[in-house]
Formats: sequence, structure tokens, C-alpha cells
Amino acid sequence: MPSTLQEFFTLMTPIYPEVVVITVALTVLLLDLFVRKEQKSSLGWYSLAGVIIAALATFKLMGVTGSFFAGTFLLDRFSVYFKFSFYVACSLGILVSINYLKIEDIHRGEYYALMLFATAGMMLMASAGDLITIYLGLELMAMSIYVLAGFMRRDSRSNEAAIKYLLLGSFSSGIMLYGMSLLYGMSGTTNLAGIHAFLRGADLANPMVFLAMIMLIVSFGFKIAAAPFHMWVPDVYEGAPTSVTAFMSAGPKIAGFAVLLRVFSYALQPLQHDVTTIIAGIAVLTMAVGNIIALSQTNIKRMLAYSSIAHAGYALVGIAAGGPEGVASVMMYVFIYAVMNMGAFGIVIMLRRSGERGEEIKDFAGLGKTNKMAAFFMLIFMFSLTGIPPTAGFMGKFYIFKAAIQADMVWLAVVGVIFSAISAYFYLRVIMVMYMSEPQAEFKLATAPSLAIALVFSLVTVIYIGVYPDNVLNFARASIAAIL
Amino acid sequence: MLHKAIFIYFAAVCIGSALLMITRRNPVHSVLFMLLLFFHIAGLFVLLNAEFLAAVQLIVYAGAILILYLFVVMLLNVDRESAAPRANRYWPWLTLFGLLISAEISFLVLRGSFPADAGQQPMTLAVGSVRDLGIELYTKYLVPFEIASVILLVGLVGAVMLAKKIKD
Repeated sequence: MPSTLQEFFTLMTPIYPEVVVITVALTVLLLDLFVRKEQKSSLGWYSLAGVIIAALATFKLMGVTGSFFAGTFLLDRFSVYFKFSFYVACSLGILVSINYLKIEDIHRGEYYALMLFATAGMMLMASAGDLITIYLGLELMAMSIYVLAGFMRRDSRSNEAAIKYLLLGSFSSGIMLYGMSLLYGMSGTTNLAGIHAFLRGADLANPMVFLAMIMLIVSFGFKIAAAPFHMWVPDVYEGAPTSVTAFMSAGPKIAGFAVLLRVFSYALQPLQHDVTTIIAGIAVLTMAVGNIIALSQTNIKRMLAYSSIAHAGYALVGIAAGGPEGVASVMMYVFIYAVMNMGAFGIVIMLRRSGERGEEIKDFAGLGKTNKMAAFFMLIFMFSLTGIPPTAGFMGKFYIFKAAIQADMVWLAVVGVIFSAISAYFYLRVIMVMYMSEPQAEFKLATAPSLAIALVFSLVTVIYIGVYPDNVLNFARASIAAIL
Repeated sequence: MLHKAIFIYFAAVCIGSALLMITRRNPVHSVLFMLLLFFHIAGLFVLLNAEFLAAVQLIVYAGAILILYLFVVMLLNVDRESAAPRANRYWPWLTLFGLLISAEISFLVLRGSFPADAGQQPMTLAVGSVRDLGIELYTKYLVPFEIASVILLVGLVGAVMLAKKIKD
């Protein structure tokens, strides 16, 4: 029956990119059986090709907008922007993994499959038009990452990371479901547009609305690692395989912000006033906790974990600012953060050779003398994380704080600037150790073509956006109409 | 009135067995209290006219998953007497914190109200019937349904991956 088949394909069109990613993940699982141990990296390149095909599919669907599958799946510019961010995060994640997995002797096909499943979950989160799709997309992402965090089965730290993340993640999912169920109980629908319409006419003084909102903020706060829901971050980031940490600090965080924007700037928009106050408070606390505790870290992965908390704080400033400028600046910021952070983790991975961990900040001693190129890359990424021009990190922070000032939240921008000044201490310390300390021993980096591609891509992107931010910013600005 | 009394019975036993579940020293007892908890949750589903969900709760959770738990606990051969205490030394503080949050939630829920017409929609939908549920799942909730299947696959792959014997 050709006509039915045709109907089926027409029906499936909007969800093609997700279908591509999941199909590639499934075939990776199958191919894994036939690929010899020494050639597992071919699965990595295959997964990368799959991501690129999905990106092309998304590109082709750019003109299509609307709500599909009875409103559970939305296709709009907003989701397209985030999907491209996920493709970048996933591709970089695959590229930094290929060599690292060989060194750690955990090169298995399931790794790439899980990474693709996680990416599919994030894409569904960005496209969700219904609380149920949000929740299931989030679980798909989280479930894959729990397993990835425990991928080094012989390493007790990796096991600890997986268990901690699983327990706390399930707990936060429970809180989220409680909040969602209250929203459903009041509005009688799980559809985001329906909830928006309900809240417009509802009595907002009803404490039940407030309770639902608080629960959603808490659970999303957990996913994006905002204080005071950040306790899991340092241990999980430290214990997980470094390549997974790199991916985990980029992808799920962007996805968390995508949902945060869709839910709070759109569905719960009538509650804007309360949301802004709470988010501003969380933003200040998150910046304080992240930046101040990072000062005393000696392990680079733990330092980057606290730095990741701090950056969630900066992005929350943009959400608190709200409005088109606020939303666009957050979208740009999370993308920039993902790229520069993946770059920094790429250098950390380079220092990892079998037998030695290379995870302490003092392991960077003398890198500027022995490996000028790697030190230079790290210098740029650290500058960008601090927010020094002409790097992307500066532009990201600039637009976030500008949005805060425009929204009459000058105090929040001032607090943000003070904390980024504090952050300069621990980022620049890495640079100081690299250039001013004497090398301790003969140093050989674990370089590989895949890692080099990822690093060069990150570096070029960081510099390009730092010099010429308009392209990304305009893309973000053009994408926000769907949720405002 | 009777409806309310039955609800209170089910809810009270749920909370009670949940508390007993996390406080028992013997893991087998914990699992058995969890079984009791699942039975009474199924009762709550029946009160909400969700007969199918109640049946699934009993067949899948109580019948299959929990029995598996029981097997695992028994196979692991946890020594009953030497089992470590279930609470760490912070438990009074944590309990206080938990009670505080419960009090806050109860306060907000008691002060708040669901709109008068809320809750009518799921009732009239007759979600209890398997046929209606199936139609909903395969039409309106097709995408979430398919995601759920992928999640199960990830769980499966992850469990096999993490539990497989390490070859050296």
C-alpha cells in the first residue's frame, strides 16, 4: 500500500533528525559485534557521520515550523538552534573520546551508542511541547549519561560517580514529576500551550501554582547544576571518564537551559514576576558557590566542575533578565560555554597517558616550555572561560550582563562582574603554572588527529565568536519568537 | 464518605509501609514492605477509576519487578545480623529537614485549591479501559511512547554493559 507508506513518511518528516540519531545509535550497537577491538575508533567516526547527517536533516527542516503529534513535538527555530548546539557538543564529545577511550582501555561500541542516545534525548527535550515529552527526553538523556559516567568499571571513582549521579538524578526527577503532576492537576493538560493558556486566566495567588513552580525550578536547577542543587557535580565530574565529563558539562547543561527557557519563559510566563525573583537569587548563589569554591581546587577536573557551576550562574542571570535580549543572550552563552569548556577538557584529555593521570593542576607545570601549542590552546580556553576579549567568553558575558542592565537589574550585573573578576584567579593560575613553572619531567602528550580536530574547531569557534559575535547572536535572536 | 475512608486507609498504609521499608535492618523485610506499598498504591489507582493502571501496578511492579528484587537480595546473601545500620549519624537532622519540607508542602497544598473542574477530564476520559488507553498511547502520545521504548533499551544496554564480566 504505497499511499499508507507515503502517509507514514509524511507524518515522520518533522522528527527525522531524532530518528536518524537513534537509528545510528542502534546500528552502532549492532556493528559493535563485528568490529575488532583495535578498530573501535571506526565506530566513533561512523557516529560522527550520523550526527552530521542529522544536522543536515535539521538544516533541511529549518523552514518547517509547527506543532506535530498532537502537540507533543514542536518544530520551531528555537528547537533548531538548540539542536545545532547539541550536534556540536556531541561531535566534539565523540572526537575527544576516540583516543582517550583507547588509553583508558575502555574502547567499546556501547560508548558511542549511549552518547547518541543522550543526544537524541536532548533533541527531544528542546522540541518538547508537552510535559511528558520533556520528562521522557530528559530521562533518555540522563539514563545514558548515568551509564557513561560509570563506564570505567575497574575504577572505583567512576562507579561512585555513576551511583551518585543515578541516585540524585532520580530524586530530582521525582521532584520534577511532583511539580508536573500539580500543574496537570490544576490545568487538566500536560500541553505547554494549554498550561500557558490556563495560567493566563488562573488565580496566581493559589499556593498550588507556587508549589508547582518551585518544584520545577528545583529539578531543573539540579540538571543545570545550579546552587544549592550542585552537590553532585564535583564528585561526578571528577569520577567520570574525562571525555564523558566534557560531554556531560556541555550537552545536558544546554538541554537543561532549553527546557528552562521553554517552560519558564513560555508556559509559566504569567508567573514571570515570581520566577524572576527566585532565579535571580539562585543565580547569585550559584555564581558565589562556583567561583569561591573553585579557588581552592587542586584537581583540574574538580576546578572545571566548580567553574561549570559558576557558568550556570551567569546564564541564569540572563534568564532572570528575561525579555528577548535576555533569552537570546542565554542561548548564545550556553553554546559558547559548551565549546570553550569542551576545548579545555580536550587539553586535560591530552595530558592523560596510560599510567599517569595528569589531572592535577600542577601537572600543567612547564607545559608552555615543552608543548607550546597545547599551552597556547589552553591559554585561549582559560581566557575565554574568564571572559577576556577577544574571546567568545567575553562576548557571552557581555550580552548577558547587558541584558541584565536593560532589564533594570544593574545590581545583578554588578554581582556577576565581581564574581567573574574572582574567577580570573583560578583560571589564570593554570596559565601561570603552564608558563612560569619549570617542567617537572619529560612530557609527552597523548595527541591524535580526532583530538586535534576537536581542539582546532573549538579554538576557531571561540576566536571567531569573540571577534564577530553577530552571526550566532542573530541566529539566537531569530529563534526566540517561538517562545515569547 | 466511604470513598474517603477507603482513601485514608490506602494512603495511611502507603506512608506507613514506606517508612517501615526504609527503616528495616533486614533487606528482605524492606522488600516485603515495598510489596505492601505497591499493593496499596494499586488500591489508590482503583479509587481513581484507573483499573488498568492498578492491574499493571500489580502485575509488573508487585508481581515481576519486586520478586526479582527479592531474588537479588536473597542471592546476595546479606548477613541479617551484621547488616549495617540503615541511618547514618546525621539522621536526626535529615529527618528534621524532611519533616520541615513535608510541613511546607502540606501547608501550601492545604491552603491551595485545585480549580473546581480540574480532575473531571481524566475521569470522563475513561482511562481505565485498556482500549482507550491503547488508542491514546498510539495516537496522541505516539512520540512519548516511542521515547519510552528507547529509554528501556538504554537501560538494558547499560545494565548489560556495566554488569558483564570483565575479561582480562
